[in-house]
Amino acid sequence: MSTPLLEVEDLRVTFPTPTGPFHAVRGVSFTLGRERLGIVGESGSGKSLTGRSLLRLLPAHAKLEARRLRFDGKDLLTASPREMRALRGKRISLVLQDPKYSLNPVMRVGEQIAEAVRDRGDPKRRALEMLEAVRIRDPERVYGLYPHEVSGGMGQRIMIAMMLAPEPDLLIADEPTSALDVTVQMQVLAILDDLVAKRGMGLIFISHDLDLVSSFCDRVLVMYGGRVMEERHARDLRAATHPYTRGLLNSLPRIDDDRAELPTLQRDPEWLKE
Amino acid sequence: MIHVRDLTVTFGQGTRSVRAARDVSFTVAKGESFGLVGESGSGKSTVLRVLAGLNPYWTGEATVGGVAVAGRDARLPRMVQMVFQDPYASLHPRHTVDRALSEPLEIQGIGDVGPRVERALTDVGLGPAFRFRYPNQLSGGQRQRVAIARALMLEPKVLLLDEPTSALDVSVQAEILNLLRRLRQAHGLTLLLVSHNLAVIAHMCDRLAVMNRGQVVEEMDVATLRRQEPREAYTRQLLLASRGYDREVAAGIVTYD
Repeated sequence: MSTPLLEVEDLRVTFPTPTGPFHAVRGVSFTLGRERLGIVGESGSGKSLTGRSLLRLLPAHAKLEARRLRFDGKDLLTASPREMRALRGKRISLVLQDPKYSLNPVMRVGEQIAEAVRDRGDPKRRALEMLEAVRIRDPERVYGLYPHEVSGGMGQRIMIAMMLAPEPDLLIADEPTSALDVTVQMQVLAILDDLVAKRGMGLIFISHDLDLVSSFCDRVLVMYGGRVMEERHARDLRAATHPYTRGLLNSLPRIDDDRAELPTLQRDPEWLKE
Repeated sequence: MIHVRDLTVTFGQGTRSVRAARDVSFTVAKGESFGLVGESGSGKSTVLRVLAGLNPYWTGEATVGGVAVAGRDARLPRMVQMVFQDPYASLHPRHTVDRALSEPLEIQGIGDVGPRVERALTDVGLGPAFRFRYPNQLSGGQRQRVAIARALMLEPKVLLLDEPTSALDVSVQAEILNLLRRLRQAHGLTLLLVSHNLAVIAHMCDRLAVMNRGQVVEEMDVATLRRQEPREAYTRQLLLASRGYDREVAAGIVTYD
């Protein structure tokens, strides 16, 4: 096997605070090929910061360190701002949770997609093709709409169309479907699924939904307190052994169970020791 | 305890009007826990807001504990209270917990404020130490506990819950669901729970109604839901989609009007 698409070793993100440094991500390591990797965890687990670190899109006062952070053989830690700009959007894309906040409200959605591919021939045609690829029925009409005129599900499909238009090698999707209804969520996931299979794109899928990640991804990292608790094949997430993963799985209500009390999660400070 | 008949809610006028709820009817017995489940735009929250007296534009019949909702009856606030989805939005950021909890008592002219506030805080598992904190000093789960305590200050018979855990992490969701079950037992509450999450409804409710596009698609008991044997195709699709990602299910999804 050749070198993986992405190599992350001992990634750390630290924020200075008046009471001393706060370690938000502490020693995360993984590699990614042309596959679907899920990162799950609760709020504050560091999963979103891990995703953003790969694009070096962190607040100015955050400190990013890693023993190794390489994308397709290129060192992301030493890349110049200019080199990073050449990667962002073109080769590594990011889809965020809520299309309401990530689309420009005063620009037609089609023009926003075309802008992402403006240095190629006929951006408008490419934008229309992308709208069709994310299964929007009437691309010509939707092209001319403003973000407030589209539903949440359609907004998220537009975001995905925009991010995929430049044909990136790696897509980082941070809770891309959690604002959507379950049936729309399924359709959006099917689009991502096809694109990974057809184009051989790498996908990092960040989510708090364990069931969704275990059914959609190939591998899963479970994060807590800025650390990876456990890495598993997605299909056997239910067989997880780490007490944190087990605790999360047990605390989920299920349609077919009749437990009176849901077990609550007991956190162990030992999990965060290095 | 709750009677709703032919409830229709219309927003806007003329050709641009939208009927958010159409001829909705259901009955909830005393002490029962009833779920309203559906996707966004199904009208489930609209129905809840009518019962809470937050939406005056509707036709049909609605009574809670024998009190008509339409008449802005002064007994209504002591009969029914509501807990909202997002505890980051439903608590005033510059009011202390104490102020949030004493306000309903002051409006209703109920004395003995201090002890009642402390008792309510103990009841929801927080304790008196939280009385003079501001919302920004609380976690999401703690805020939702305060919102539940506020809803219980007037000792209502009915609690309306609008997606009470969907803004929370799963481990915190488990704690809040356990708390709601315990409070229901302790106070003999009747619950009306709105959620898009079928598992939460299955865990909390005795019976439920499935809504789509403003209408009730079907009503069933929780045993039918657990066996996954709904009558309507719409509900079957919802159940399949809730089970996690499946390529074939995704390809077969249709829109029901």
